[in-house]
Amino acid sequence: MTEEFEPKIVAFLCKWCSSAGSDLAGVSRMEYPSNVIPIQVLCSGSVSPLYILSAFNKGADGVLVSGCHPGDCHYIKGNYYSRRRIALLKELLNFIGLEPERFKMSWVSAAEGTKYTEVIKEFVDELKPLGAQTKLRRNG
Amino acid sequence: MKKKRIGVFICHCGTNIAGTVDVKKVAEALSKHDGVVHSEDYVYMCSDPGQKRIVEAIKENDLDKVVVSCCSPNLHESTFRNAVKEADKNAFQCEIANIREQCSWVHPNMEEGTDKAIKITKTVVEKVKHNEELEPISVPVTRRALVIGGGISGIQAALDIANSGHEVILVEKSPSIGGHMIQLSETFPTLDCSQCILTPKMVEVSKHEKIKLLTYSEVQEVSGYVGNFKAKILKKPTYVDPDLCTLCDECTKVCPVVVESEFELGLTGRRAIYIPFPQAIPATYILDDTGCPGLLPIACGKCADVCDPGAIDFDQKPEIVEEEIGVIVVATGYDLYDKTNMGEYGYGKIPDVMDGLQFERLCSASGPTNGKIIRPSDLKEPKELVFIQCAGSRDPELHCAYCSKICCMYTSKHAMLYKHHVHDGQAYVFYIDIRSGGKGYEEFVQRTVENDGVLYLRGKVSKVFQDGDKVKVWGVDTLAGKDIEIDADLVVLAMAMRPSEGTEKLAKILKMSLDKDGFFSEAHPKLKPVESVSAGMFIAGAAQAPKDIPEAVAQASGAAAKAIGILSQERLYHSPMVAKVNKHLCTGCRMCVDVCAYDAISIKDGIAEVNEVLCEGCGTCSATCLRAAISVKNSTPYQVHEMINASLGG
Repeated sequence: MTEEFEPKIVAFLCKWCSSAGSDLAGVSRMEYPSNVIPIQVLCSGSVSPLYILSAFNKGADGVLVSGCHPGDCHYIKGNYYSRRRIALLKELLNFIGLEPERFKMSWVSAAEGTKYTEVIKEFVDELKPLGAQTKLRRNG
Repeated sequence: MKKKRIGVFICHCGTNIAGTVDVKKVAEALSKHDGVVHSEDYVYMCSDPGQKRIVEAIKENDLDKVVVSCCSPNLHESTFRNAVKEADKNAFQCEIANIREQCSWVHPNMEEGTDKAIKITKTVVEKVKHNEELEPISVPVTRRALVIGGGISGIQAALDIANSGHEVILVEKSPSIGGHMIQLSETFPTLDCSQCILTPKMVEVSKHEKIKLLTYSEVQEVSGYVGNFKAKILKKPTYVDPDLCTLCDECTKVCPVVVESEFELGLTGRRAIYIPFPQAIPATYILDDTGCPGLLPIACGKCADVCDPGAIDFDQKPEIVEEEIGVIVVATGYDLYDKTNMGEYGYGKIPDVMDGLQFERLCSASGPTNGKIIRPSDLKEPKELVFIQCAGSRDPELHCAYCSKICCMYTSKHAMLYKHHVHDGQAYVFYIDIRSGGKGYEEFVQRTVENDGVLYLRGKVSKVFQDGDKVKVWGVDTLAGKDIEIDADLVVLAMAMRPSEGTEKLAKILKMSLDKDGFFSEAHPKLKPVESVSAGMFIAGAAQAPKDIPEAVAQASGAAAKAIGILSQERLYHSPMVAKVNKHLCTGCRMCVDVCAYDAISIKDGIAEVNEVLCEGCGTCSATCLRAAISVKNSTPYQVHEMINASLGG
């Protein structure tokens, strides 16, 4: 066990804010760990709890949902629905024994490239000590 | 069903991608991915030869779907979709994998970058694999515009649109158009008389056959979508028929009610029946029903008695005007930061502390003092005048974090005007730093300092208080490192600019978003400065952020050009990535109806039906539906599950 554990993360980024924020991090050449594979969605409100469970089921060690700041949703109120849904899902994940640190929601605007990199760095740091996620993994 | 034939094109972007991603390896890895029959890399996919390679590869390999791994889809998605269309394929069979902004530029390690680029590309291949062929949704256009706000920005936008031959409804909530600009005395850096340069435009608005002016009116409800909005506008009663009113001024002579004049910012009073200012457009008196006892005609009615033409009608009622329009320009402007917030500067408590707009009225030849600079408390000419900049601006702890942008310039102008009126007076300006970017602006400030002897003190004021008949100002000069104490006769605060009152309410009505400071958000800070994120709605002037007159005019013309761009089309096209209902699964539970922010879903015959024109494709309905009966085209749960699988190397 010389090699450090590298968590696999799926990030659902809304097109208008967080994906654009992550683009800005790129334009500004801000380095961050490569553990995250982004999946662009139109709105964080479209992220069904099933997507998150599906990601854990398929072997994700961590899942991030990132949208526009509350009040700034491109689709007016999608992120409010997302926030509510995710609060409930967090309880459920907790209840079934998944470490709460494995699932994160963040608000990153199109202007917040720095914040995006910080969110990713922090998430990777939090996930490393937890090791691989096996609780919900298929055949795990 | 025929197996999908997918082509993958990896862009080097010079060394932008190829520098940290092994593009050959990505192309090779993708060539083995299920469904991919062609995979290549090229130095600049977006170049003309790059696009040709895509067109040729589609023809040679009979491709039916394409993934281009390159920069952000915000940049070249349309380039590559058009290339795909050129090869007679549906544009929506092309998707972009972002391996530059979200990969090569942020991961300097070649191995990590390559691995991630492969995963990102595979993820997008899984998406495109299940994309439907779509065509943009076409809708007709109502070729009329609604401009909200009758200040300089709204006036400019309305005139530009009207001059292009399209009808404009200009709505202004106060009794006259003109906004704050009509209150200004002179304008920097030319010292043009503000009224003299604005009134010709106001007259043009009033005479323009294509402009319908609704003053004393407010937008109450807006429904519909780009090209086809419906607006309900409340026209408040003015109790005076503008066509009959001859502006004889007999009514104000008999009106017993005196209230503070809004136009003169409380520096003088007005009657309950009044004309806001002599050049008001529309040129008519109006009756303010909040102070008037005449609505109960037994109580008063004196104005009606003396009105020879019989223009006064106490029975006028609020009226709702309905208009159909295709585009909306929001030009609702600004208000100054509320004075009650500035206790430390004695504003509102000390009579001889005023804000910049009040000082404009004091300098104005048409103002309450006919341009004589005298202070409110004893009507004496102030000999020591202190200007405080950044009153409420650039103070994230207590007030507004942002710079209000125009105050450096107008304070310099105020100081200059003061010296032109009071030659033996001394003006002091407390500033944090001077921001005078603009044509002729820096020279203007230099003129104020050098020719007019205005004393600029770099530092903040800690306290302003009444001391006998003086206003004591305690401050600091950080350049000299000294405390400063000035016995001032008058203090003028360059108050921060805030979004105008009612902005929040209007944003809700229009479903437009506001930024953290409450101004209307533009769609992109650099490339879409006049568009809002809501299609067909544009922003002009200080409603978007503090700005001066030339900037407001430029943005208004920009917004008008964008609006005309829509109005000059016969039909509009709307993204076809909208929600679709699976009729076999839907039970008509209405959950999707309730969460839809656009009222795009209704229940028909017991199942949900999507109005494709209203739907923006956000997908909130899809995440809400318990039976997966509704999903957004080309972003279905099945596609997302496949993407998740690919992203995890599955």
